[in-house]
Amino acid sequence: MELEVLVKQFQDKNHAAFETLYGMYSKSIHGVVYNIVKDTAIADELMQDVFIKAWHKADTYSSKKGRFFTWILNIARNAAIDKTRSKAFKQSKQNLNTDYFVDIIASHDNLDNSTDAIGIKNFVTQLGEKCKAVIELLYFKGFTQKEASEELQMPIGTIKTRNRNCIQQLRDMVL
Amino acid sequence: MDINTYIESGILELYVAGKLSETENEEIYQLLKQHPALLQEVLDIEAAVLKLTAAVSPRANGFESIKARLDADDTKVIDLQPKTTNWISYTGWAASIALAAGLFWTLNQNTDLEQQLQTADIENQYLETQIEDARTDLAATKNLLNVIRDKDIIAVPLGGQGNFASSFAKVYWNKADNTIYLDAEGLPNAPEGKVWQVWSLTLNPLTPTSLGTIDDFNTDDNKIFTIANANESQAFGITLEPEGGSAGPTMEQLYTLGVVASAP
Repeated sequence: MELEVLVKQFQDKNHAAFETLYGMYSKSIHGVVYNIVKDTAIADELMQDVFIKAWHKADTYSSKKGRFFTWILNIARNAAIDKTRSKAFKQSKQNLNTDYFVDIIASHDNLDNSTDAIGIKNFVTQLGEKCKAVIELLYFKGFTQKEASEELQMPIGTIKTRNRNCIQQLRDMVL
Repeated sequence: MDINTYIESGILELYVAGKLSETENEEIYQLLKQHPALLQEVLDIEAAVLKLTAAVSPRANGFESIKARLDADDTKVIDLQPKTTNWISYTGWAASIALAAGLFWTLNQNTDLEQQLQTADIENQYLETQIEDARTDLAATKNLLNVIRDKDIIAVPLGGQGNFASSFAKVYWNKADNTIYLDAEGLPNAPEGKVWQVWSLTLNPLTPTSLGTIDDFNTDDNKIFTIANANESQAFGITLEPEGGSAGPTMEQLYTLGVVASAP
């Protein structure tokens, strides 16, 4: 339960603990936010805002409510979606491209030939269309199971099991 | 409970995605404490998702980028709440004020109109009375006209006498029904304590017979009086007498006198 100790320290306003958490999650948060706003500078700014917000709202988090990563992921998605709804954003991004996370990953140059990066690229290229859509909606866009089932016209139960299979494939690739 | 079935259901993937209810989240939290296998599953899912999401990021800034803001914000947390104008509230207030003003105005209008209506009602009643009066007058006048036009009527002009030369009167005598109609408009109002008395006269010898006093002379509108006269009158005279009338005419106060032109 090392994470719980870390989170506890973070809630006690410990900078070092926060820095560790930041190191663990910032790239993921940036990825999620970037996938929504499709702009590096805006994603940078949003990610900072998200972590600052988490810092100030630290006492509202409880492990009973879910994983710490899930909590901060939620803050990030909400902030990014709010951003896309802002007037300024809409004006600057008339034609937001509809790339899924898979397209973004596939377009990245493999600067770091880490096993992770290779694994994920493999995963993405082999991933079925339905897996792409389910992961996109549930993890990146923050759709509920019900919303995803309506969007993809699949029964709710199917969403759940399909998602399980897709994540299982991902785990096989990267873990 | 079957841990594997639970894992296979896919609920833990949704747990990491943050798409479960608060109750479900708490249930899973309790289960994770009891079943290390479940916890391990969650950690694996989270790790995989972390790697996937991180792979989407083109780059991410280091912690240094926010460190300065932590301290700055630590000492003084200012929740920047944009000063939004509460238009709904303003519009609501404006609408209520407008409504209140409108109601007040309507109320005033109503009172005004009610007053006008009352005035109109009173005027209406007054006019109705006038019309009624005019109708009565008209009927009386028509009746009078009929009387005067009657073929049996004898008209006797009564000329002013002595000091009262400007006075005059006229008698219309209907011998058929023994009635005279005295038109006394040429006489002044009777002074206080005095009254006009009408006389029927026979000339040879001069014999006056009182036809009565005109008690309502001053208040009468058309100054035409209907008086019964069964005498064989040869002349008519009008004198001013003390209130109640006199047995014989006071000749000094004889205002008008007229002789019947021809005996019928």
